[in-house]
Amino acid sequence: MTFLTTQALTRSFGGIQAVTGVDLDLRQGEIRAIIGPNGAGKTTFVSMISGRVEPSSGAILFEGEDITALRPWDRVLRGIVYTFQITSVFRNLSCFDNVALSVQRSLSKGRAIWHRPDPIEVQAAVDSALSRVGLLTRSAELAGELSYGHQRLLEVAMGLALQPKLLILDEPTQGLSEQEIADFCRLVKEISAGATILLIEHNMDVVMELSHRITVMNNGALLAEGSPDEIMANLDVQRAYLGT
Amino acid sequence: MIANQRSLILHAGLIVILFALQFLLPDYHHTNFTSIMVLATYAMGYNILVGYTGLLSLGHAMFFAAGLYGAGMGVYYLELHPVLAFILGSVAGLLLAIAIGLIALRTTGVAFMIVTLMFAQAAFLVTLYFNDITHGDEGLTLTQAARGFDLLGWHVDLTNPSQRYNLALALFLGALLLCLALVRSPVGRVLVAIRENEERTKMLGYDARRYKLLALSLSGLLSSAAGAAYVLFFGYVGSSFAAIPYSIYPLLWVLLGGVGTVVGPVIGTLLMFYLIEISRDHTSSYMIVVGVVLVLLVLWFPKGIAGTIRARWWGWIP
Repeated sequence: MTFLTTQALTRSFGGIQAVTGVDLDLRQGEIRAIIGPNGAGKTTFVSMISGRVEPSSGAILFEGEDITALRPWDRVLRGIVYTFQITSVFRNLSCFDNVALSVQRSLSKGRAIWHRPDPIEVQAAVDSALSRVGLLTRSAELAGELSYGHQRLLEVAMGLALQPKLLILDEPTQGLSEQEIADFCRLVKEISAGATILLIEHNMDVVMELSHRITVMNNGALLAEGSPDEIMANLDVQRAYLGT
Repeated sequence: MIANQRSLILHAGLIVILFALQFLLPDYHHTNFTSIMVLATYAMGYNILVGYTGLLSLGHAMFFAAGLYGAGMGVYYLELHPVLAFILGSVAGLLLAIAIGLIALRTTGVAFMIVTLMFAQAAFLVTLYFNDITHGDEGLTLTQAARGFDLLGWHVDLTNPSQRYNLALALFLGALLLCLALVRSPVGRVLVAIRENEERTKMLGYDARRYKLLALSLSGLLSSAAGAAYVLFFGYVGSSFAAIPYSIYPLLWVLLGGVGTVVGPVIGTLLMFYLIEISRDHTSSYMIVVGVVLVLLVLWFPKGIAGTIRARWWGWIP
């Protein structure tokens, strides 16, 4: 049984085909990078997996079940977690409260809407997620007052606290300093011990360091797929990137 | 914990002051405060939706009026026990809120404002259309006899100012406790998250529609409970309670007192009430005075009074 499969996944906006017939197979535990030029349809593609965007046609199978019709919040409960490309933390809430929202969700799975999870359990889970990304000491700070790099980490902590099986990271290193990127790569490797990771990334050093396999998209379609070395050597890929 | 204790002192203090005021206030203001506590309950109901969920409704008069008419007609036509009439009025508002929510919550932002405004106008026109039953603008007046009842061996007369004051205080206390409980509950946390960033909240696994419907239902319930109490306390219901001004008042009260604070609505209601009272004594064009004061308050207290106090000094105010 494959972990995640997309079958001929297609999405058009009006007359524009953003994603055309993409087939993808993801193995459990792998780190998969999706690369491609701007406008290649990467974000639209992962948005269909997370449920933010409905596909025009095609199917998505997760752990053997067809989840194409599932709403995004139900997919989160199954373990598909998306972190936003544009940092999307709750700016007026503290770091603690940001992560507590995720923790509350994962501890109340299948319970009534007013279920109150044990505060000690919440505290422990929030602390654990914040300490994994190194933000534990900033727990009480307002998310909007964090530096950009820290906001990205908070975003990841919110994702982690949902106990993802599949964590989708949409351009996570964009705007980070070199040191922050190095720390981030270490973090992603740690996370991948417990979750499968789907990564959209422009920074090729990050892609080469982290990914087991790479999927290349261009003009909404799948261009190539293979190990990092294979992709580096692929002529089509070079052409798409360099425009020659 | 410190913040919790402060919040307890603030809210308990408010209730104690309101309780003590009945022995100090002259008759006229005594009645005003009864009215203010009922209207503040309405404002708190409104605040659940606009302040904590971020949905601006321009049609809450329909929920307030559902309570007024539900309870008022229950007593007038069915000669219901006032307690039953109160429950009937409250439930009428709750059911209306659920029904409206299922339709209006498909929209957000400006569209939500327009849809709620339209529904409220329709409700207002309904009260005029069924003139035979509602007596339209003229309204229905409840007799003193119909507003008295026995409960657990205690005779209650809703025309008695003292009993009325304390029942209004009880209603206000109930609403205050409900709001405090909601704000501190997991549901309250999600409502604030929806207000701040609905898209992100969905991607954290929350079905935002269910939470918004819950917020609208609670908001409608408090509004109609206030309406039901109003008609029983003051013995009159007419179409004007369903008209646009009664959708705008709670918005002004909440904005003035502080959006998204538990005590804001009561501060706003109190201020607005006396602002109108006092300026009306001096000039017939009192709305100009009210308007100028509101503009000044917005300039100096952009987040409302309690909201500004929270932002500048007391961050612990819930």
